[in-house]
Amino acid sequence: MEGKLNSHTEKNSVGIVRPQTYTFAHPPDALILENGERLGPVTLAYETYGKLNRNKTNAILITHALSGDAHVAGFHSKNDRKPGWWEFMVGPGKPFDTDDYFIICSNVIGGCKGSTGPTSINQKTGKPYNLDFPMITIGDMVNAQRHLIDEFGIRRLLAVAGGSMGGQQALQWAVAYPERVAGIIPIATTARLNVQGIAFDVVGRQAIYGDPEWKNGHYLDDNTLPAEGLAVARMLAHITYLSEDSMRKKFGRKRKTGHETVDFIADFEVGSYLRYQGESFIKRFDANTYLYITKAINYFDLAEEHGSLENAFRQVQSRFLILSFTSDWLFNTAQSREIVHALNVNKKDVSFCEITSSYGHDAFLLPNPIMERLVAGFLKSLRKSS
Amino acid sequence: MNPKPKRLSDRIRLDLEIIADLIETGSRVLDLGCGEGDLLAKLMKEKACNGQGIEIQDKNICACVEKGVPVIHADLDEGLREYPDNSFDYVILSRTLQVVKRPDFILKEMLRVGKIGIVSFPNFSALTVRSQLFFKGQMPVTKNLPYQWFNTPNIHLLTIKDFNAFCSQEAIAVLKQINLGTERKKGVLPDLLPNLFAHLAIFKIQGNAEPGIQ
Repeated sequence: MEGKLNSHTEKNSVGIVRPQTYTFAHPPDALILENGERLGPVTLAYETYGKLNRNKTNAILITHALSGDAHVAGFHSKNDRKPGWWEFMVGPGKPFDTDDYFIICSNVIGGCKGSTGPTSINQKTGKPYNLDFPMITIGDMVNAQRHLIDEFGIRRLLAVAGGSMGGQQALQWAVAYPERVAGIIPIATTARLNVQGIAFDVVGRQAIYGDPEWKNGHYLDDNTLPAEGLAVARMLAHITYLSEDSMRKKFGRKRKTGHETVDFIADFEVGSYLRYQGESFIKRFDANTYLYITKAINYFDLAEEHGSLENAFRQVQSRFLILSFTSDWLFNTAQSREIVHALNVNKKDVSFCEITSSYGHDAFLLPNPIMERLVAGFLKSLRKSS
Repeated sequence: MNPKPKRLSDRIRLDLEIIADLIETGSRVLDLGCGEGDLLAKLMKEKACNGQGIEIQDKNICACVEKGVPVIHADLDEGLREYPDNSFDYVILSRTLQVVKRPDFILKEMLRVGKIGIVSFPNFSALTVRSQLFFKGQMPVTKNLPYQWFNTPNIHLLTIKDFNAFCSQEAIAVLKQINLGTERKKGVLPDLLPNLFAHLAIFKIQGNAEPGIQ
């Protein structure tokens, strides 16, 4: 993302933050997953910003998207040039105002950024789990987060907020723990991804397991990587995060080479951009994790799980602020409106705004005055009424 | 009897105060074209109502959210699909009837999702409006209709007589009609000859009900 680079000394940044971990579910008290399997011990990597107040009523959980992590804001060291992924949203005076709120973000269970996932060492074998790692769901991610919230002694979160897969977790929080969260902010998300979205992920997964270096998921044992497969999966997915409009503005039909050359690899500028995105992704993300997490996104279906979306929201007690973006065709407005409708049928407290943006699905990761004002205003009104 | 609610702020228009008086305590209220949410905020605070607004402009949506008023971004011309039948006690359409593409459609939609509808609109046959058209031969510009013909959002102007005729034609019961004169105050003349002297009318209506109690 091209979020502007803030210096860690800047006044409105949370500054230098320390990544932390919390380990729980030690056998025999392993975490029971939604599919009935047991997993333990479980470690969650997390970061916090701001201060938890004495009554523990000002805590907000931010949930991250597919390739995100616990590092939402600030810097890890003095020389760290790149801030967290939601730097413009989290900090003093920002919508998630760290002068007022205590912000928590943890890497999801099944992730590869410090939390227990397919690359973690299986204590039984002393080797990475690889495909022995159990299938995890959005529900499992949320259940694991609940353990972390319990550890802080937080009875009720002021809010859970996230975009894309983070939004799915926010919805799951409202459904699974209705009495434990006052406000839900699902952004550019869905209660059940449409089949077009699933189709892109199916192809992405095939690129990975079709790569001979994938070695049936045991590439870590052989000290290799399905780099090509993961890069192609990322390139494909990256297209779905942009809009036609933003791609035209950014690259147009500009070419790197002329008609006469047979340089198939770098002909169009959009190609070399995507190539770069793919190559940088393999340095920071794990292929098996990509398989597990995209599957969790695809399988998440509140309607199927509860008979209907209306049923799913029957017990929720939280207030909702639901946001979508005009140019997001992956998690489009129709998918947000479906959630709004189901909440309306249940006469729940819900606000919804379709924000004008040309940045496609990625819009939630980019500064936008309307998004910032809505989130800030909603959090303030939650604070007032709680 | 409810104590007379005190004036909330200068931003809340007088006709909104009259509309607020028509709504019973503890009701579930939908406000179509709710603007910055002042009426709903007042009803939620002073009458323990459960409010929901619909608004099309993002800045207004922000203002509602900041006030704690639940608001949905939607275009009224697309109807109220998001809402099941009879899901509100009251549906309010304040000075918005004349800007929608299909007033007949939105009126039916509001009486589908609400038990009672409250509609306010500027009366196009008020004396000042008529005289401008009659003497100047130009499209009237008044306090309630401040636009020129080329930039007005008011595409379906109507009179009190038109609205009453529509209601009887569609078997809509008029439960109450409030006629407001200049400065949006009640008065003798507006009540005597509403179609001539009322500048703004507020109707409390009900769909397919027994004949209305005037």
